[in-house]
Amino acid sequence: MDAETFEIKAYPEMWQELGMDVARFDKMRLMLGEIYGKTFLSQQNRPVRMAYFDQTIAEIHGGRIKELLAAKAAGRPVIGTFCVYIPEEVVLAAGGICVGLCGGSQGSIPDAEKILPRNICPMVKSAFGFKVGRVCPYIQVVDFVYGETTCDAKKKTWEILDTMVPTYVMEIPQMKNESDRTMWLHEVKEFKARIEELSGKEVTVDELTKAVRVMNDKRRALQRLNTLRHAKPTPISGKDVLLIEQIAFYDEPVRFAAEVNELCDELEQRITAGEAVPSKDAVRIMVAGVPMALPNWKLHHLVERAGAVIVNEESCIGTRYYKDLMAEDGQDMETILTDLTTRYMNIDCSCFTPNDERIDQVLKEFRESQADGIIHYSLQFCHTYNIEEIRIREACAREGIPYMFIESDYSPEDVGQIQTRVEAFLEQIRG
Amino acid sequence: MFVGVDLGSRAIKLAAWQGGQLVDFKIKESGFEPHRLVQEMIQEYEPCSVVATGYGRHLVKEYFAYEVITEIKAHSLGVHALLPEATTVVDIGGQDSKVISLGNRGQVVNFQMNDKCAAGTGRFLEIMATSLAYSLTEFGPAALASDREVQINSMCTVFAESEVISLKNRGIPRQHIARAVHASVADRILSMLNRVGYGATIAFSGGVANNPCIVEMVRRRLDNVHVIVPENPSIIGALGAAIEAGRA
Repeated sequence: MDAETFEIKAYPEMWQELGMDVARFDKMRLMLGEIYGKTFLSQQNRPVRMAYFDQTIAEIHGGRIKELLAAKAAGRPVIGTFCVYIPEEVVLAAGGICVGLCGGSQGSIPDAEKILPRNICPMVKSAFGFKVGRVCPYIQVVDFVYGETTCDAKKKTWEILDTMVPTYVMEIPQMKNESDRTMWLHEVKEFKARIEELSGKEVTVDELTKAVRVMNDKRRALQRLNTLRHAKPTPISGKDVLLIEQIAFYDEPVRFAAEVNELCDELEQRITAGEAVPSKDAVRIMVAGVPMALPNWKLHHLVERAGAVIVNEESCIGTRYYKDLMAEDGQDMETILTDLTTRYMNIDCSCFTPNDERIDQVLKEFRESQADGIIHYSLQFCHTYNIEEIRIREACAREGIPYMFIESDYSPEDVGQIQTRVEAFLEQIRG
Repeated sequence: MFVGVDLGSRAIKLAAWQGGQLVDFKIKESGFEPHRLVQEMIQEYEPCSVVATGYGRHLVKEYFAYEVITEIKAHSLGVHALLPEATTVVDIGGQDSKVISLGNRGQVVNFQMNDKCAAGTGRFLEIMATSLAYSLTEFGPAALASDREVQINSMCTVFAESEVISLKNRGIPRQHIARAVHASVADRILSMLNRVGYGATIAFSGGVANNPCIVEMVRRRLDNVHVIVPENPSIIGALGAAIEAGRA
């Protein structure tokens, strides 16, 4: 595949059946293909094993959708989510499929703004707009959406989204006290009951244990990838790793983990051979902050075009998704659900207060990734990350870590300013 | 000889550097084909090397393979060469405003830059001047001569313009409104200075440093800080680029 000829495959008949706005979606498909070609396929010296992930993008609106439709036809529930707090293990154990829904595109924001207020998070607007405009096959396919209460924009949007697609809401605590853990365990049990009701199938200890292993394996593969990219020089671009982290949210988990491991084998060989992407002396940047949902590649593209390389994403679409494994040896349902609750309570989202463990985690990942500086990335109107940024900034100042904060959205208007700021940050690091 | 070009949003600036001295400079309006204009402006010099900065830096890199540096580094180098005592740079150009904290060798230690809106930039002042029927050269002195405090609350260009219109329609003389516009920009600069932190000497650069009212208002808002403006503040970016050309 090359940048000129790359195309995302079209499935107009299937899209028609899914009730989509086919004419408009087809234009979006062409645009996405072009951007993908320019952003990814024009990179030099990519690992050969990236071919699977390129192929996954080429089939993003077809191949995977067919799999989801086939699962539905076989009576398996397909569930759409927007957050790393939704315990996928439970869905898998019930024979279902969990997909992270789209929310990283400027294209669907005007649709959302017909209904929602303009000054809320672009990720919420983008996701909602995909349903309003009927321009995302995933949200058309899902049986229902499982939302959560990690921010105000989300939890109130679910009420409106529910009028278009059945939307359930899981309550996420905001503190980590004993009472919060009890409440969260209760919510996990409610979630399991709801999934069992929808799939018409009881989740057994055996199936849940199997699902836990599948998810742990997937997370181990991503951990392995992240450890390998930390090598100096790094064997893979930040853009490519971000892409894989994004695909992790919708691909079939067993196949995905196998492909990531194949890629890791290749990266090990590259490290032994001293092969570097992009160059041995490239400035290494770690990104921390909010998730970058598909196809939000804006910051990575600017940083890597300026000659630096991104070596870590401390983000929900990044380490926050895979840094924690869970115990696999629970013998009864109560123990497994308690282990699961413990695992998910370790996630250090800024919606929690206090959230000191995230400050430590950022510093730990900075050291492990051998980065030269940190860019904290927040979306506009994301109050919790925008305010927590102050504490990250202070920690970096204390540790003498070069640091920059970027607040942005999905529009291209601020690309010039961000480019200047990124280049100046790199100049500052190079001294 | 070393040449620096600064392709800004409103003007293209050129500085020629030789033997550790600024030997010549030029300022022209950007026009529609900035790379051609740069070529014309450079023609009469025979530079050993050229470094470009400013918004159009990547365009000339593409055409002429010049090395590029950001405006942030360029202004730091330029200010440090002319005013080595400066520890902080305030650079307000056509569409950007920046506050840069300098290390003792003139290197960038920290910086802040406005985000995508025009608030607190030269463009903001230009729009307000137009709506009060002042030319840009009259605008600052007129505001400085006013002796009455009127408040403009909005930093957003669009909202501030409607505030200006409503003040006009309340019969408030335009020089007082002009003063309020300048005060709002000075407040914005102060908040950026407070975010980055500043030392004992602040140097102003960029086109807006030619506006005496902005400089004076910032000066009055700071205690025990020396606020200085180099001669020809608009060419500081080009000068920094020329110095970089000499170092390479």
